[in-house]
Amino acid sequence: MAQTAMEIAADVNARRRSAREVTREALARIERTDGDVGAYLTRLDEFALEHAEGVDARVGAGETLPLAGVPLAIKDNMCVRGTRTTCGSKILADWVAPYTATAVLRLLEAGAIPLGKTNLDEFAMGSSCENSALGVTRNPYDLERVPGGSSGGSAAAVAADEAVIATGSDTGGSIREPAAFCNVVGFKPTYGRVSRYGLVAFASSLDQIGPFARTVEDAALVYDVIAGKDPMDATSVDLPVEPTARHLRDDLNGIRVGIVREFTTDALPAVVADVYTIAYRELEKLGATLVDVSLPTAQYGLATYYLIAPAECSSNLARFDGVRYGLRVNGSDVTEMYEKTRAAGFGAEVKRRILIGTYALSSGYYDAYYVKAQKVRTLIAADFAKAFERCDVIASPAASSPAFRFNAKSDPYSMYLMDYYTIPVSLAGLPSLSVPCGAVIPEDGTRPMPMGLQLVTPLFEERRLLGVANAFEKATQHASKLTPQIAGARA
Amino acid sequence: MALAAEDAACTFGERAWSMPIDVRYVAKLARLALSPDEVESYGAQLTDFLTHVDALRELDTQDVPATAQVIHARNVGREDAVTPCLARDEVLAGAPQAYGSYFRVPRIIGAEE
Repeated sequence: MAQTAMEIAADVNARRRSAREVTREALARIERTDGDVGAYLTRLDEFALEHAEGVDARVGAGETLPLAGVPLAIKDNMCVRGTRTTCGSKILADWVAPYTATAVLRLLEAGAIPLGKTNLDEFAMGSSCENSALGVTRNPYDLERVPGGSSGGSAAAVAADEAVIATGSDTGGSIREPAAFCNVVGFKPTYGRVSRYGLVAFASSLDQIGPFARTVEDAALVYDVIAGKDPMDATSVDLPVEPTARHLRDDLNGIRVGIVREFTTDALPAVVADVYTIAYRELEKLGATLVDVSLPTAQYGLATYYLIAPAECSSNLARFDGVRYGLRVNGSDVTEMYEKTRAAGFGAEVKRRILIGTYALSSGYYDAYYVKAQKVRTLIAADFAKAFERCDVIASPAASSPAFRFNAKSDPYSMYLMDYYTIPVSLAGLPSLSVPCGAVIPEDGTRPMPMGLQLVTPLFEERRLLGVANAFEKATQHASKLTPQIAGARA
Repeated sequence: MALAAEDAACTFGERAWSMPIDVRYVAKLARLALSPDEVESYGAQLTDFLTHVDALRELDTQDVPATAQVIHARNVGREDAVTPCLARDEVLAGAPQAYGSYFRVPRIIGAEE
């Protein structure tokens, strides 16, 4: 098994290995396997080696860095100064960012090594990475299947050992679903916990940055570095951040785990439902008590989300008009330039959401759709608050199925259904993660595909969340029971 | 929102749910040129989509406040201090067209006489 971020940082800080050596190995690994996986849109080899040299110098001068020499992949909707930031879109295909996202900056200062920018569904809209205009990413556990999305490139990079940690962004499940599909840990902190300065906005009342890692402990380590108030993002929360990585529990004694009545797995295929029945039993074995809880309005989550997110997206993406960034297609006047630029620059799903959102916000429909959805959102958040009076953490599936084959979801709404379990959580702003919890062999496949357990806690209870996940992971070790299809991935 | 306005909105809202979608008009608002094929396919998809979100009408939200944000934050202020900003040349380098220290766009007001 490849080293964890904890182990690499310990080695580099103790000068048993240099950051340069770790970086060269990681770049060689990408060279060998990324032709098959396609996790990266842009590689930053030179920048990575240069940065590694700086890390070695700092360690040499006596500094101890929490992520010293740890290979990092960055989702390509986060700005890194002087590098291309595409959002997987033709409209930004050649745009070079003039500044660096705060979350990325903090990771670099903590000693992480930026290997490259990873593929995503265009502007983070999608659940399979198939909406990227710039490349195909394959699931390292079955190359015929999608890695999930939108942060599919980051999840695949970590799963294929092409990075040890990665950044993702999650609006309705874009970290948790690909993490589940790729057998890694994906963590979305509370809305507002991590600065979004330098993250290209999709739906501002929902977007949140979080980590991918192979272990809960590594995800916690990254979280400890990126969480906290940032003057550059007024929506980042000014609350003290409890360090988590070295405060994770190993048992679940006294923990009440809520199982959501309405999230019954009865509708799922029996083999899939079984994975969760077993996972819940494993939580019990660790000392937890299972509690029946109800989220009566959660079933309205998808409809609510697919009004709010497109509405905010139509507003946020208005800035891509051929004036300040990226692509311009000329027209006879300025309006035609806008229209042609956006027609040529955006893909089908982005256009679909812009149209839905524009419609939902347009005069005469605003109250019927947007305001109505924001009211239902209030009810959904209240349901969670009520459920947490009876439990400490909620457990559910992270996605409705394991990774599916390319082109399997031709109807947009069937794709949206993938995020059935993650979307209500996002609407309530709660911290949540996906941790590997087993595998199934899909009906249309031969390789066992990973599944993820979604855990959710109340607002700002990240330490509790990561602790419960850590106890589950340490006791079950589900991730290590699967072997990626990519040769030598876990050499 | 005042109660009277709320009532008016709901009445209007009822009507809104059943109106056909003029995709060309919505695309115009979104500054998005659509091909005739796209007008047809997005028209069908939007109509289909609205049948899915129609379920929200089942919920009585008369007395429910709309969510503005979920983390119970208050207004956020900061010192009115001068801090470094982005380098102008770097920002303009990302624009499709620049002229001196400006973004350059096609003529907006009138044609040259």
